Amino acid sequence: MSKGSNSKPETGAFFARDRAWHPPAFAPGYKTSVLRSPQRALLSLDGTISEITGPVFGHSILNELDNDLIHNFAKPGESAIGERIIVHGRVLDERGRPVPGVLLEFWQANAGGRYRHKKETYLAAIDPNFGGCGRAISDNEGHYAFRTIRPGAYPWPNGVNDWRPAHIHFSVFGHGFAQRLITQMYFEGDPMIWKCPIVGTIPDKQAIEQLIAPLDWGNTIPMDARAYKFDIVLRGRRSTLFENRLEGN
Amino acid sequence: MVQDLGYLKETPSQTAGPYVHIGLTPNYSEIGGVYETDLGSVMVNDKTLGEHITVTGRVIDGAGAPVKDAVLEIWQADSAGLYNSPSELRGTADPNFTGWGRCPTSSTDGVFRFGTIKPGRVPFKDGREMAPHITVWIVARGINIGLHTRMYFPEETEANAEDPLLARIEHRDRLATLIAAKEGSVYTFDIHLQGDKETVFLDI
Repeated sequence: MSKGSNSKPETGAFFARDRAWHPPAFAPGYKTSVLRSPQRALLSLDGTISEITGPVFGHSILNELDNDLIHNFAKPGESAIGERIIVHGRVLDERGRPVPGVLLEFWQANAGGRYRHKKETYLAAIDPNFGGCGRAISDNEGHYAFRTIRPGAYPWPNGVNDWRPAHIHFSVFGHGFAQRLITQMYFEGDPMIWKCPIVGTIPDKQAIEQLIAPLDWGNTIPMDARAYKFDIVLRGRRSTLFENRLEGN
Repeated sequence: MVQDLGYLKETPSQTAGPYVHIGLTPNYSEIGGVYETDLGSVMVNDKTLGEHITVTGRVIDGAGAPVKDAVLEIWQADSAGLYNSPSELRGTADPNFTGWGRCPTSSTDGVFRFGTIKPGRVPFKDGREMAPHITVWIVARGINIGLHTRMYFPEETEANAEDPLLARIEHRDRLATLIAAKEGSVYTFDIHLQGDKETVFLDI
């Protein structure tokens, strides 16, 4: 819960997830999903207090450079190499209301498409000044922002010649554990998006378009960094007006 | 025509991928100096009330192999059955307990491990008490949308027998997939993504 909010904590259950909008567990074009997808049906459960509640993180966990990937791993006076960009947007719920005070975590490859990870073997070079992780907490209106370099595309051993489009991974908390979401942001105009088997796990073209951040010329800073805008929508909450509130609910 | 309800669609999920550790546990993936510690790596301290326990296990794929690149998060009540969340209106949870933990499965043997406490009981929507449980969320390469499940405690025979969620599992032999094995203060909870021993996963 963000400081300064005058609204009561919300305890309504979340809207049911539209699992036809999300990718299915089994999506064989993405080969690893074949053995990692449950085959039995999920057991449905309207949210109990175990899912309606969730962890909330205070600003005290944040360091000054947590939302600046250009500098948070760089040596003093140096910076990461690549196209400087700002990524910003709002966290909203399905009712269009801002979701304040939620932690967002980001991770990505460097400008050449190389991740700083011991299991990554791509021959593109590591950038000594780029780590690839960052985080931020949404403000009272749900806004978040971070600076980074635009990641490169990279090849992966799925099909013989599969390449991921440029993307940034997002992990988002809401106010309840049932809102927990991990997704990927893509960049407007990237022709690689429509060739990617991971993007292609999402059945609906409109749902894919929800993951594509437009170039935000208005917020581009002259002689510094271009901006991309990426809004994130978390599950809405039912109004407690509609809850059958028995003791302890 | 009628009015538009005006709802937005939830942002679709995508896999966390094989390098999820860069973002969620950078110190574990040898990206030091950005965050002081990996978030969620410590849930308890010396003052945390309740029975201190270890929860460990592996995530197993449909071929029986351990998944060595997953990240698990757990969420649970404190020993009095209160959640450390602003949406908890029944009381104030133990300030020395976060209720939330995050742990990668080891890149060598696939094992995850949480140091936590045994949770108290919390009510179901109709007021009945649920059996003590830990909510578990799993992401990994190959998992397109995070998988939710619950871990229950084997010594809670009576509570488990009256648990409203466990009661809804039609195929009774599948209940066992949600109940950990106990040895001393260590609970082992293996999660099977697929196949004969497939864990019951939840749409919550």
